[in-house]
Amino acid sequence: MRFFATPRELRARGVLGMNQRNSDYVMRYNPRRLYPLVDNKLETKRLALEDGIAVPELYAVVSIEHQVQDMANILADHKSLVIKPAHGSGGNGILVIDGRMGSHFRKANGSLLTIEAIQHHTSNILSGMYSLGGVPDKAILEYRVDFDPMFEHISYQGVPDIRIIVFKGIPTAAMIRLPTRDSDGKANLHQGAVGLGINIATGETTNAVHHNLLVDRHPDTGYETSGIVMPHWDDILRLAMQCADTVGLGYLGVDIVIDRTLGPLMLELNARPGLSIQIASGQGLLNNLHRVESHKQLPTDIDARLQFAKGLNQSEDIMQVIN
Amino acid sequence: MNNITARSWALALILLGLTITAYKAYELGLPLTPEQNTDVWTVQAQVSFEGTGKPAKLSLFIPENTPGFMLLDEDFISSRYGLTIAKTNENRRADWAIRRAKGDQTLYYRISVARSNLSIDWDTKPGFPEPPDYPEPYASAIKAIIDDVREESADVESYTLELLKQLNSSAPDENVELIRDKATSAGQWTSEIINVLKGVRIPARIIWGIDISDAANNANLRPLLQVHNGDNWLTFNPETGSEGIPANYLVWKVGDRDISSLEGGNDLETRFSVTRTYTELIDVARQGAAKRDSFFSEFSLLSLPVQNQNVYQLLLMLPLGALLVVFLRTIIGLKTFGTFMPILIAMAFRETQLFWGVIMFSLIVSIGLMIRFYLEKLYLLLIPRLASVLVIVVILMLLISLITNQLGIERLLSISLFPMVILAMTIERMSIIWEENGAREAMLQGLGSLFVACMGYVVMTNENLMYLIFVFPELLLVILGLCLWMGNYTGYRLTELVRFKGMLGKEPR
Repeated sequence: MRFFATPRELRARGVLGMNQRNSDYVMRYNPRRLYPLVDNKLETKRLALEDGIAVPELYAVVSIEHQVQDMANILADHKSLVIKPAHGSGGNGILVIDGRMGSHFRKANGSLLTIEAIQHHTSNILSGMYSLGGVPDKAILEYRVDFDPMFEHISYQGVPDIRIIVFKGIPTAAMIRLPTRDSDGKANLHQGAVGLGINIATGETTNAVHHNLLVDRHPDTGYETSGIVMPHWDDILRLAMQCADTVGLGYLGVDIVIDRTLGPLMLELNARPGLSIQIASGQGLLNNLHRVESHKQLPTDIDARLQFAKGLNQSEDIMQVIN
Repeated sequence: MNNITARSWALALILLGLTITAYKAYELGLPLTPEQNTDVWTVQAQVSFEGTGKPAKLSLFIPENTPGFMLLDEDFISSRYGLTIAKTNENRRADWAIRRAKGDQTLYYRISVARSNLSIDWDTKPGFPEPPDYPEPYASAIKAIIDDVREESADVESYTLELLKQLNSSAPDENVELIRDKATSAGQWTSEIINVLKGVRIPARIIWGIDISDAANNANLRPLLQVHNGDNWLTFNPETGSEGIPANYLVWKVGDRDISSLEGGNDLETRFSVTRTYTELIDVARQGAAKRDSFFSEFSLLSLPVQNQNVYQLLLMLPLGALLVVFLRTIIGLKTFGTFMPILIAMAFRETQLFWGVIMFSLIVSIGLMIRFYLEKLYLLLIPRLASVLVIVVILMLLISLITNQLGIERLLSISLFPMVILAMTIERMSIIWEENGAREAMLQGLGSLFVACMGYVVMTNENLMYLIFVFPELLLVILGLCLWMGNYTGYRLTELVRFKGMLGKEPR
């Protein structure tokens, strides 16, 4: 394999570059005044609850240093929970507590934490260590998703999450990110998570990418990664579309997890979703984006949009004309 | 739509910047590169006399208007003498005085000039001279010549040309011979011509200057003839009749008074020597700016006080660094800590030079990182921890300075300007990325930042670019235009060609 691809080859595959994503999609379809709705996860949660979108339950918000001292009380009420910054990005600053071991807390990867370490992490969040521009932040304590058992074989610690790109209200690309040993339980592709492309029409995983290379098995569990059908797939797509309607962003990344008992939950929204989804799905984003853009009259009803999205990849004629 | 507006702005700004630059380069004659015409001549006048032990007063004419050259600097070397500069319409005169001058006395006057095509004209306007009463037999000879020349001329210029042609003819008639016999030197000859011109009431004068050429230890003053045509002084060679001031002729004084004069001494002697030197052209342009008369030079940075100029010279390189960052990030796609942090590091490298700068940076950041990882275990709050890192950075720099001082590496003593706050922030960010995204990502971004800083250093210390931006600050418009242009670039970044190479396995669909 060559060391690089030519711009021409990438264009032929409809690959969206960072510059074009910013100028043609993020800046054009996402009004800046709406950013706070998604950049602030508390705000996102509040909006979602108003519109009846399923989200992990909010346990508590720590907003001043003084409250950090009282965290023991909150922690005592919940066996497992997630602590994350309200303004975090890229999955940074998220601490997942799985359970207890005596006086210690157990992290997702099995290591043990003292209450002091948790408090330190929380005050780091408050002082803005993980927020954009280092502005003081709040810490969110919320329900830790108990992921669907079907992911047990293809996931190493951490929580697998589904990323859906919703463009002008239409889901145009999807992938699921599976944490691995070398991603340290994080679901970020560039940290070593496995990315599986999902066929929007069927909810079935297609190919898988690990460290930018095509794989067909999970590197830690060894289970095959293609052909896995996502449970509740239509609900997941509907959830993603609802989120886009709620925040009003034209180009949106929706992160969804599937809980064992609660079903699909919206974890967070992203106004500048990354481009790795293209590698995972093996398809350039531009193909579907152009297809959506070329339609003057997009359906508005959520079920009609669902059908439209599922038909996107079938209509290959349009792209062949463009190429 | 958006694209077109931005592109038009970009284009307009680039064009505007280039137009002003071109105007200044070609109309005002500001050189585009520091190499161009960088030779500067130093002309030295050495005046010596024998003192008698009594008070002495010495006068020397020094250049005032120097067409074809710009005055960069002048210097009086006359240790114990009192010096005053007297200024008249056309000349300047240095007057030296001393209470007691005994034995050999030598004084120097030095002037540095550089070629420049900004001509400075005399704005003096002479009256018309009265026709003198020539004694016979000259009266009839001059009258004959005057009448003869008048027949074949239309104005002052053609009259002078024709007169010089006749007076310098290789087959002179007896009238010309008569006048020629009176003159034994070029100076006297010019005076004779002026005398003849008075007969037709043409204002004329003699100017003296030096031929500037490669090092000449004994240069002599050479006279030229100037006539006034009502608007300007026209210059002629009295012996060949060729018009104009020769390219390498430095006008020293106007008029026929002696170049130097002395009261209270003997054996006055004045000698000239010319040497060529090379100086930085920024200095040339800087010093010459005051002499220029143009809208663009009045508002030039060169007219600022020198200490401010140095600040601006540094400041003006920042946009260039920013442009580099824009290029490296949007076209190449490099990752760095912070957007402009590498440029600030590059500015710091200017003090230490690249090699030591990189070593300093790596050393401080890696030691700082180790300490920062330890601080993490102390569960400090963010701001106190940042402050602690800052203090540690300062201590590290102090130690490095002390150690290198002992080792005799003076380079690193100049690190006082190394941006400590930025180093502290870099350490903090790097440690966060280290923990969150792994060592590989942290090293990648660290090296990326270092690379951009090195590139920034190379660009921002480039002599040619420094000169160019400083003398032509309107190039900032071009930089702004380029930024706008790149702000519209939607193509792939170079690093994306590698990032998405895995997609080649797929058929295009």
